[in-house]
Amino acid sequence: MIRKRDNRDRIAKVPPHEDSMIATDPTIQSLINAVEAADSPAKLVGAVHALANVRSTEAIPTLIRALGFNNPGAALAAVSGLVALGEVAIPELLAQIDGYNYGARAYSLRALAAIADPLALNVLIKAAEADFAPSVRRAAIKGLGQIRWQQLEPTARESAQSQALNTLLFVAQDVDWATRYAAIVGLQSWLNSADLVDRSRAIAQLDRLLQTDSDGAVRARAALAKQQLS
Amino acid sequence: MLESNSELEPQPGAEPLTVESAIANLSSPDTSLRYYASWWLGKFQIKDSRAIDALIQALEDGDDRTEMGGYPLRRNAARALGKLGDRRAVPGLTRCLECDDFYVRESAAQALGLLGDSSCVPQLMALLKGGIEAAQFVPGRPHLVQPVEAVLEALGALGATEAIDLVRPFLDHSVARVQYAAARSMYQLTRDPIYGERLVEALQGNDVQLRRSALADLGAIGYLPAADAIAASPVENSFKLLSCKGLLDYHLGETDDPMSPDAIKLMTLMDNLL
Repeated sequence: MIRKRDNRDRIAKVPPHEDSMIATDPTIQSLINAVEAADSPAKLVGAVHALANVRSTEAIPTLIRALGFNNPGAALAAVSGLVALGEVAIPELLAQIDGYNYGARAYSLRALAAIADPLALNVLIKAAEADFAPSVRRAAIKGLGQIRWQQLEPTARESAQSQALNTLLFVAQDVDWATRYAAIVGLQSWLNSADLVDRSRAIAQLDRLLQTDSDGAVRARAALAKQQLS
Repeated sequence: MLESNSELEPQPGAEPLTVESAIANLSSPDTSLRYYASWWLGKFQIKDSRAIDALIQALEDGDDRTEMGGYPLRRNAARALGKLGDRRAVPGLTRCLECDDFYVRESAAQALGLLGDSSCVPQLMALLKGGIEAAQFVPGRPHLVQPVEAVLEALGALGATEAIDLVRPFLDHSVARVQYAAARSMYQLTRDPIYGERLVEALQGNDVQLRRSALADLGAIGYLPAADAIAASPVENSFKLLSCKGLLDYHLGETDDPMSPDAIKLMTLMDNLL
């Protein structure tokens, strides 16, 4: 069994997109069928790759399902396919975040982080602060720094940037080194992308991590952030 | 009682401990409280000398036994002492290498590898006696006669170059994880990249558990040329991140320069694994 974590009944729970399950283009349907029929991990990776490469919205539900197949190669191919599709993939990604499979959830958050649409802000904040899986938190934290703020009106933009900053400052104090490491990466890109909010708190946090963190890798990453920002 | 060497996780509803109560519990008549307290002291890095003394004493515990004759409390005490970094534990842990419970021997070997005191090297080497012919599975058990993986890794970590000829044959052991432990150890003892490359090759193996195991080994030895192969291996990001962190820690330990090209390269790879 290569799809132990595949949770087929979740698909049926997304009524707005039920009709998209049957692709209208026969080529795409055959690529979807190939994903369904793959009977080895290697074939599955190849089939997901092929489906991701057609850049079709009809592939979205199957690509999202592939995040939960417990096959890192297939999941990475699916993430890059979803990211290439961009905004159109967001509603389904948000609707189908798998609450029971943290592996799949981490890949969903990576896709949302890379698409970087402000629509995902609340989901990223919640995952960054409170998900029990460190891999999910790291993906969300990194994503908070790179949202495309310019898609928002100035007032909404200021509020969104400030919320993202508060979360980044909070997770920068986590007990887990990797969460703090992710927070530095998030703060660095936040400082590069945010334009409307006071930057001094973000810089002060980087300085604190650089000077006092107990972990050498975390201090090193803070040093790199400072150097690349200057 | 547990017959495997898995770590005891905190039980839901277990009494929250304090340093004082954990130390007190180590001499409780209730062996389950002693067992839990020894795990807790290691987990939370309580280096209080009373805790160390009590844990060293627990290495000789005879009250807590499994149906198969194992010593759960001794196993946990050994693991905790490995994490607490106090070399006073070395003589007691060295004696544990002769305990008739496999998992006590395994935990003691792991702990001794962490403590960095090479006085135990002869006793560790004794467990490899008979070479790969002797290192076979115990019938009906999930482990070999001796904890050779832990012993090989400890010898490597302790820089026991006198053990090189004893370690080398284990590169051809029938169990892949033992081969990796030998490669890891040989790399640490010789710094010959041929052994690091064996672990890099293992990243392309068919079994994801073995790929994870190779990632951990590469992280532990800080084998810098593996960085790109680690980042590209088909394994969950968490394992790759930890492996790269091992490389970075090792590199920073050698150079103390977070802005060296190698350090920046490793951090760039790590950023992409978040």
